[in-house]
Amino acid sequence: MPLDKEQVRQLRRMKEKHPMPEQDPKERIKNFDEVPFGYDAETAVKEATRCLQCKKAECVEGCPVEVDIPAFIKLIAEKKFDEGIKKLKEKNNLPAVCGRVCPQEAQCEAFCIRGKRAEPVAIGRLERFLADYELEKGVETPPRPKSTGKRVAIVGSGPAGLTAAGDLARMGHEVVLFEAFHATGGVLRYGIPEFRLPKEKVLQREVDYIASLGVEIRTNVVVGKTITVDELFEEGFQAVFIGSGAGLPQFQGIPGENLNGVYSANEFLTRTNLMKAYLFPDWDTPIKLGKKVAVVGAGNVAMDSARTALRLGAEEVHIVYRRSDKEMPARAEEIEHAKEEGVIFNLLTNPVKIFGDDDGWVKGMECIKMELGEPDESGRARPIPIEGSEYVFDVETVVIAIGNSPNPLIPQTTSGLELGWKNTIKTDEEGATSRKGIFAGGDIVTGAATVILAMGAGKKAARAMDRYLQTL
Amino acid sequence: MFKIVTKKVLSEVNKLMEVEAPLVARKAEPGQFIILRVHENGERIPLTIADSDKEKGTITIIYQEVGKTTKELGTLEAGDHLCDFVGPLGKAMELPSASGRVVAVGGGVGIAPVYPKVKALHNAGMEVISIIGAQTADLLILEDEMRAVSKELHVCTDDGTKGHHGFVTDVLKNILEEKGKEIDEIVAVGPLPMMQAVSNLTKSYDVKTLVSLNPIMVDGTGMCGCCRVTVGGETKFSCVDGPVFDAHQVDFEELTRRSHTYLEEEKIALENFEQERISGGGN
Ligand SMILES: Cc1cc2nc3c(=O)[nH]c(=O)nc-3n(C[C@H](O)[C@H](O)[C@H](O)COP(=O)(O)OP(=O)(O)OC[C@H]3O[C@@H](n4cnc5c(N)ncnc54)[C@H](O)[C@@H]3O)c2cc1C
Ligand SMILES: Cc1cc2nc3c(=O)[nH]c(=O)nc-3n(C[C@H](O)[C@H](O)[C@H](O)COP(=O)(O)OP(=O)(O)OC[C@H]3O[C@@H](n4cnc5c(N)ncnc54)[C@H](O)[C@@H]3O)c2cc1C
Ligand code: SF4
Ligand code: SF4
Ligand code: FES
Repeated sequence: MPLDKEQVRQLRRMKEKHPMPEQDPKERIKNFDEVPFGYDAETAVKEATRCLQCKKAECVEGCPVEVDIPAFIKLIAEKKFDEGIKKLKEKNNLPAVCGRVCPQEAQCEAFCIRGKRAEPVAIGRLERFLADYELEKGVETPPRPKSTGKRVAIVGSGPAGLTAAGDLARMGHEVVLFEAFHATGGVLRYGIPEFRLPKEKVLQREVDYIASLGVEIRTNVVVGKTITVDELFEEGFQAVFIGSGAGLPQFQGIPGENLNGVYSANEFLTRTNLMKAYLFPDWDTPIKLGKKVAVVGAGNVAMDSARTALRLGAEEVHIVYRRSDKEMPARAEEIEHAKEEGVIFNLLTNPVKIFGDDDGWVKGMECIKMELGEPDESGRARPIPIEGSEYVFDVETVVIAIGNSPNPLIPQTTSGLELGWKNTIKTDEEGATSRKGIFAGGDIVTGAATVILAMGAGKKAARAMDRYLQTL
Repeated sequence: MFKIVTKKVLSEVNKLMEVEAPLVARKAEPGQFIILRVHENGERIPLTIADSDKEKGTITIIYQEVGKTTKELGTLEAGDHLCDFVGPLGKAMELPSASGRVVAVGGGVGIAPVYPKVKALHNAGMEVISIIGAQTADLLILEDEMRAVSKELHVCTDDGTKGHHGFVTDVLKNILEEKGKEIDEIVAVGPLPMMQAVSNLTKSYDVKTLVSLNPIMVDGTGMCGCCRVTVGGETKFSCVDGPVFDAHQVDFEELTRRSHTYLEEEKIALENFEQERISGGGN
């Protein structure tokens, strides 16, 4: 039944987004199933109708890959879902992922005109709806173009590498993707938890789609160790894209960080997500957790760690963050979900020391209260310790989630690459590095950023690589 | 999938496997290691590259069955496949300068990682005095191989069933007493208590000592920090900064403590595994 005029008028006035049904917080902290269920078709059509179809659609400016937002939303409103997903995929190879993990409130939705006086259109949820609709129905693979005979190597199977690989394959190049781990996806696999991004239902199918475009995937290859970038050229690859991410965990350098029970967020999340420690002993990899857990940091990585700790059975989970709630870098939805689930936020607080018991297991943490001063280089207020405000609190597990920087392995083993801050690789606007034929994109170039920016970088680089290959 | 081409039972608990991994074999150097998984639900475990054959494209691993994963690995035979096999990881060991006299100490399954180093030194024209030890004669591995590349080989067993009755450190002490000044470097690999004992001993003689550490690992590429150890007061990631370090700088107490993190879980995993084997439920 199409919506009548009155319904349309009402929807256009509706202030709030259509809520997305979710698992109850009390229930969901006992399982690893996805938290939001997604829109059904009826709700999606209604939410799509809230969009004003602006001539000058500002939402598009907020999307790093320039998805034609009004066009795909219109197709949903008209119930033309098959056409809608095609429209979406013109710009976005991984919509089921982006619909779930993009920080929409800072990107597309931040620019939506409806957001000025009410809640913006739920662009992310609509994107997820279309992508899930397609996954349910079975993804169509576009026909393989005629081979150009050019060979390209992609390093890393995160969003940057997957996107570049898919695009280059669709241009007819022979693409081989190398991944260090035994499984693909990068942070999407080992970092972002199952309850936010289901691995089999969503991620694996997106990866399968990329493979079906003709990309050959070789796992268990550590570039820089098993084979170097220079050797890839010797093997006959004519261009290389480096999308190796920012996987080097940072520590604070405070006393006690090597006690038993202190994890980097990378280790904590990799054990749980990639190695499925939450299914121990059916899966062999264990994880060890005390009743009280402190997570240091307040980005997505910290929220994911905190919510994972709850699901692994922790009774009390604390976020410890040195600035205030306004500066927390995590997606709004993750912070919201973490609060609903009972994570306790200790803001303007910084750890100074971790204590151990006689056997070397964590038993407490000393923190100091902070106040905000003038903005620093990053533009955020600089946290300043308040002297004499130290206090100790009991905790048995500490997860450090204060940031990741690029792994130096590839920068150090590739000759002639110009590097930037903290082993990032320097590139021009389109991903070309200082060395001919080598391109790079994603977190290895920008430092830890977002999925969609990594994808955007992969896309741009693919275009530049295609042009480069044609000159050979 | 990585095919096991040969399997040898070296002792009741020590086994050797030659695995087809041509890319790894092409690059492997003494001191480096691989990480493998036996099956889809399996743990990633690091094992030292005991030998490699570039022509055949194979890597030799020698392991001691200590828990679930190594025991499960032990149930596989030549012709079977491993699900994952990645490497070579870690830094290659730097060879000491040519003229040097080196003592190599291998304890238990630690003889396996010591062997490729001694072989490399031998091939570089250096004289190596080797000391190998095990709890009992039946557990002693690679004796002939070690003899072939060593100038002198000393054998010890804790129970006296072969060679010197006692620890490798007893023999090492005698050697240091006799020709302490002539010895440039000591390489020791074995159980943590052995490496720590060797380190304490050689510190008092002020002889440079290298050890190959075996902390718990996950990725082996520097992304998780699980393998961190304190060396010379600084935190290092063993998988990328090591696994070979200057023994006198290593905080062995911390390393020993950290390697006990999962004792309870390891016990559960092993019990489940053995029960399944008895009831025939697993494979
Ligand atoms: C826990 C967590 C939660 C996050 N949540 C969000 C979120 O909600 N929304 C959002 O937009 N962003 C989020 N991010 C950030 C986002 O995931 C990253 O910015 C993005 O994944 C970067 O993509 P990439 O392709 O550059 O690198 P990665 O995803 O890091 O992938 C790099 C890949 O390269 C492989 N690799 C590395 N070195 C080598 C080598 N030498 N040889 C072969 N392969 C190699 C790695 O194993 C990995 O698979 C989150 C990050 C984390 C850690
Ligand atoms: C660089 C390196 C090289 C090694 N080389 C060899 C070798 O050549 N031969 C050999 O027999 N062993 C070697 N080891 C040790 C070997 O990895 C462990 O014995 C193995 O992981 C035990 O697994 P399990 O499931 O059988 O036993 P578990 O019951 O899980 O563990 C038994 C003990 O092994 C250690 N261990 C457990 N999990 C790991 C892990 N993921 N990584 C490292 N250690 C772990 C712990 O100290 C634990 O107490 C090496 C370790 C490292 C780090
Ligand atoms: S890709 Fe991300 S930013 Fe772009 S429209 Fe979709 S949700 Fe918004
Ligand atoms: S700005 Fe908002 S209302 Fe306008 S087209 Fe974009 S989503 Fe629709
Ligand atoms: S094993 Fe993960 S950093 Fe070394």
